[in-house]
Amino acid sequence: MQYFVSVVQQIGHGISASLLLFVLTLVFSMPLGLLVCFGRMSKFRPLSAVAGFVISVLRGTPLMLQLVVVFFGPYYLLGIPVSNRWRFWAAIVGFSINYAAYFAEIYRSGIQSIPLGQYEAAEVLGYNKTQTFCKIIFPQMVKRVLPPVTNEIITLTKDTSLAFVLAYAEMFTLAKQVAAADASIAPLFVAGLFYYIFNYVVAFVMDFIERKLAYYQ
Amino acid sequence: MKLLEINHLKKSFDDLHVLHDISMSVEEGEVVSIIGPSGSGKSTLLRCATMLETMNGGDLIYGGQAAVKDGVYADKEQLKKVKEFYGLVFQNFNLFPHYSVMKNLVDAPIHVQKRNKDEIHKEALQLLEDVGLADKANAYPCQLSGGQQQRVAIARALAMKPQMLFFDEPTSALDPELTTEVLKILRQLAEQNMTMVIVTHEIDFARAVSDRVIFMADGYIVEQGPPEEVLDNPQNPRTQAFLRKVQR
Ligand SMILES: Nc1ncnc2c1ncn2[C@@H]1O[C@H](COP(=O)(O)OP(=O)(O)OP(=O)(O)O)[C@@H](O)[C@H]1O
Ligand SMILES: [Mg+2]
Repeated sequence: MQYFVSVVQQIGHGISASLLLFVLTLVFSMPLGLLVCFGRMSKFRPLSAVAGFVISVLRGTPLMLQLVVVFFGPYYLLGIPVSNRWRFWAAIVGFSINYAAYFAEIYRSGIQSIPLGQYEAAEVLGYNKTQTFCKIIFPQMVKRVLPPVTNEIITLTKDTSLAFVLAYAEMFTLAKQVAAADASIAPLFVAGLFYYIFNYVVAFVMDFIERKLAYYQ
Repeated sequence: MKLLEINHLKKSFDDLHVLHDISMSVEEGEVVSIIGPSGSGKSTLLRCATMLETMNGGDLIYGGQAAVKDGVYADKEQLKKVKEFYGLVFQNFNLFPHYSVMKNLVDAPIHVQKRNKDEIHKEALQLLEDVGLADKANAYPCQLSGGQQQRVAIARALAMKPQMLFFDEPTSALDPELTTEVLKILRQLAEQNMTMVIVTHEIDFARAVSDRVIFMADGYIVEQGPPEEVLDNPQNPRTQAFLRKVQR
């Protein structure tokens, strides 16, 4: 028990680092995903083609590689030396962009699953494009995309461990160090436990939202 | 007074010419039924008239105000004004599932027409009363039967205070018992002199409520006139054949 507490203390900094990475990634990637989704669905062909290409690259290459590119990009492209603070923001930027691509495709499938009749009813009632999207389409989309978004968020909690490639001191990185120093597997179990608790909370919150939206259909 | 005037309307989807040369008008207070075989272009005509579909030629004029002149659409402001003239009731209701019955009725009057909220709520309650659903104001569409949903859809269209209403097969998605309750509402509206254009397969209903019946086939208006002429004594062989088929 005492050992458990000491492990938690040693990786505590990593826990908060992982949590911060997780929260900031969601905060940035969810709205960014909507923008990318608009681009992808745009009637302006060049825009939708570019958005489609960007999405396919982000989904078709490893996240780890993307993180490294974002981290070293400024140095190799612009000659700006990489700083320690950039390490943190590179992780946020890399994760956000990558997850935005996945969210964009989820949103798109949600929007496309809404019957045409909803748009037509809104149009005949005189709603403009913005009102139609914000009042009629978006709320229904949110309900429909909740299950795949939950999946994505759960994947993200685990993916935060990939930030180790930037030597970003997240939970898993620290757990590995402690495990090596103590020659014990226990720290890894502790880390696993925290990921599990994380996701338990995520599932709980998402389930709560889902039940909140269960008042129709 | 002519509320709706359509002249030489043409509509095609790519190479498929769906409406060839449709001219018709609707007087204030008139009830017009449109009948015809499947694929004859009835829905397309309604969708052109309600600007859900872009017409390729002809005029579309509401209350003397042109929405389309010779295939050219008016500017945005004018179209917005013209849209206030009519409402449309769909075959499959198209209620907003995430809004309560009440919100379905009041949302557009509040946010599109920007009229007084209290007044809108009072009117909406009255409308629900009129369609026999006063007790369902707080229900959600998914909690209602098809017939009830369609009655809400009619009330939603009326809440915008349109001068005329279009109906595209308003009872086709309903069981026979539920059809009756919706047709009853349409009769009520006809008695209140609401101007209506109704695409329907219910020949008996069309005979009972219409001032005029239009028979369409292959994108043309083949025959039109009072129901006792078109339905009971049709002149055109195509009308005769169609009526024989639907009445067995
Ligand atoms: N969006 C579209 N794109 C291509 N063709 C269409 C479209 N909408 C309708 N059509 C075609 O136009 C013709 C007329 O269709 P419409 O739906 O107006 O017929 P209708 O008289 O309403 O038939 P029904 O009684 O079955 O409802 C049909 O041949 C149909 O396939
Ligand atoms: Mg039709």
